[in-house]
Amino acid sequence: MNGAPELASDLAIDVSGLVKIFDERRVVDDFSLQIPKGKIFGFLGPNGSGKTTTLRMLCGLLTPDEGAGTCLGLDLRGQAPLIKRQTGYMTQKFSLYEDLTIRENLEFVARLYEMDRRAERVEEALKDLGLWGRRNQQTGTLSGGWKQRLALTACILHEPRLLLLDEPTAGVDPKARREFWDEIHTLAGKGITVLVSTHYMDEAERCHEIVYIAYGKLLASGTAEEIIENTELYTWRAHGREADRLAGKLRGKDGVASAVAFGAKLHVSGTDEAALEKAIRPYREGHDISWERTSPTLEDVFIHLTAGSKDNFA
Amino acid sequence: MRRLLSLTRLGAMLMKEFNHMRRDRTTLGMMIGVPLIQLILFGYAINTDPKALPTAIYSSESTAYTRSFTAALVNTGYFEIVSQADGDDVDRMLTRGQVQFAVTIPPNFSRDLVLGKRPEILVEADATDPVATGSAISALQQIKATALERDLKGVSGSPREPAPAFDIIVHRRYNPENITQYNIVPGLMGVVLTMTLVMITGLAVTRERERGTMENLLSMPVRPAEVMLGKITPYVIVGYVQAAIILIAAAFLFDVPVEGSIALLSLATIFFMIANLAVGFTFSTIAQNQLQAVQMTFFFFLPSLLLSGFMFPFRGMPQWAQVLGEALPLTHFLRIARGILLKGSGFADIAADILGIIAFLIVAVAIAMSRYRQTLD
Ligand SMILES: Nc1ncnc2c1ncn2[C@@H]1O[C@H](COP(=O)(O)OP(=O)(O)OP(=O)(O)O)[C@@H](O)[C@H]1O
Ligand SMILES: [Mg+2]
Repeated sequence: MNGAPELASDLAIDVSGLVKIFDERRVVDDFSLQIPKGKIFGFLGPNGSGKTTTLRMLCGLLTPDEGAGTCLGLDLRGQAPLIKRQTGYMTQKFSLYEDLTIRENLEFVARLYEMDRRAERVEEALKDLGLWGRRNQQTGTLSGGWKQRLALTACILHEPRLLLLDEPTAGVDPKARREFWDEIHTLAGKGITVLVSTHYMDEAERCHEIVYIAYGKLLASGTAEEIIENTELYTWRAHGREADRLAGKLRGKDGVASAVAFGAKLHVSGTDEAALEKAIRPYREGHDISWERTSPTLEDVFIHLTAGSKDNFA
Repeated sequence: MRRLLSLTRLGAMLMKEFNHMRRDRTTLGMMIGVPLIQLILFGYAINTDPKALPTAIYSSESTAYTRSFTAALVNTGYFEIVSQADGDDVDRMLTRGQVQFAVTIPPNFSRDLVLGKRPEILVEADATDPVATGSAISALQQIKATALERDLKGVSGSPREPAPAFDIIVHRRYNPENITQYNIVPGLMGVVLTMTLVMITGLAVTRERERGTMENLLSMPVRPAEVMLGKITPYVIVGYVQAAIILIAAAFLFDVPVEGSIALLSLATIFFMIANLAVGFTFSTIAQNQLQAVQMTFFFFLPSLLLSGFMFPFRGMPQWAQVLGEALPLTHFLRIARGILLKGSGFADIAADILGIIAFLIVAVAIAMSRYRQTLD
């Protein structure tokens, strides 16, 4: 046995050069990604950056115009049906049948994957979720957050080896979100690979690694610390009365890439260390504000990266 | 290794579709209601056996014989004398549609009758709607034999008895081909099935796309044949319910004869239904939304209605229209339904038309399957 294929088989997702063109726009452009088995990858990027499109290509819902690769060792182009059997894809828009009951929806999924012990496993899943008492309720009548939680249950019901989740926690309350992430980590511990798109920074920080995409292009990837380190961004934090009021005055000044208020705090970032210092100097003396150097947060970095890449196709 | 079809997955699709159907009471009600409404509209509003049709009579003389003839005419129940006009007027009234029949009794009718010269009475019928005049015209044949029987007893000797004393010449105006009565109700079966089945499958798949559930469905390991069979089968059952409603109504409300085998008709119907369902499925692979699916249904339905022989006599259409009509499943189904119900046709009689439907079915299923995408591209 030589080492190379063994290495390749440790990757749950291994794609390179993926391109998707819609109406002559390269919505996803030269996208490459390697995810080892059992890892949780966060997929971040502004609206319209191509996250959903990429996830759809990975689970065989869209055919890439260029590029190739494998999911779970199966060819993206030729073996899509086999990939589908072992993958759970949760759509961004709720896509279970609203006119079917909660239980009917799960049983439908269980049948499509030809699972055994269907009734039992559906019952277990519903009890774990806490929806057993409402199993005969029409799915459309659930609240938004509960719909998300049911959709997640539906896509892990068949015990997939790869999970592709498109903003699974949008509209979900903090407690349920925490439970959701605990569950994700439990699944990852069992060797399941997860690629999850999100707009929440706290969720990004719970991932093993982060992939940041904008304008269809991969801009940064790695652990949260790596991304922050690799981005040449300098940040000052202002603290004190009315510090947040400064944001408007600082924005647009030379050397200031972004000025963002967090309650009474203000984060001012820029790529040119000297220019940034010059910009904030007028506000350092004679104001009731304390300034300190800080390392940028993930959010600072993403806002900076997003600002750097213009139009996101809207 | 990979089967084209898994029974478990097909079962999943079927149960899901039945559940959709069960929950969507409005559509289900419509599927049952449409045939009933169409039946009542076509069946009752267009009476297949109308009585007391307006008739103008022109006679240049008034004798016991002409009066007896007129009385016999009225007694059939089909004719109502609305005018006793002169020759020109009769023609114009017919043209304008004021009367359905114009009867002209020739001069010297009574004299020729007595002399045994067999005078001829001219009956002109407005046969634009042949169904309306059909029964009345057959009633005329009765009159010929019996109308003047009593009046002529003393006049002519018994030797000439078997031959009627006068003749009635019928001119069918405006529509010389005379299509059969009872045409409408059996035909309606085909028309209702075409419209509802094409539309309902068209909608069933487009709805999934519009609501976004298609994305989820396609991300799961379900094969095209399973989706298609799962979508189509429940509506085959609905189609049979519709067909049964129409058949029962045809027999009991409209006294349409059921001469042939219902089993044979059911067999032919299943091919016809699948052909239409496949058309609907094909439309749903093209339509972007449900409105477009409905529009496409009418794009298919109207030519079917017009060119199949339901609206106009098939043989009366120009050659190109007949060629188009031959391609449509409704054309063949109309012939089959009318043949079996009215003429008692057997399998051999309708085999060619069943083949016509199967040919269409194969093409439609092939197009549907090749157009069905397992991706969202
Ligand atoms: N079927 C399609 N036809 C044409 N353009 C499309 C299609 N699907 C997506 N797009 C375009 O591709 C771009 C990327 O869309 P995508 O849904 O992948 O973004 P996203 O990163 O998921 O955004 P969001 O965070 O808002 O969910 C957008 O500009 C969108 O308009
Ligand atoms: Mg998206």
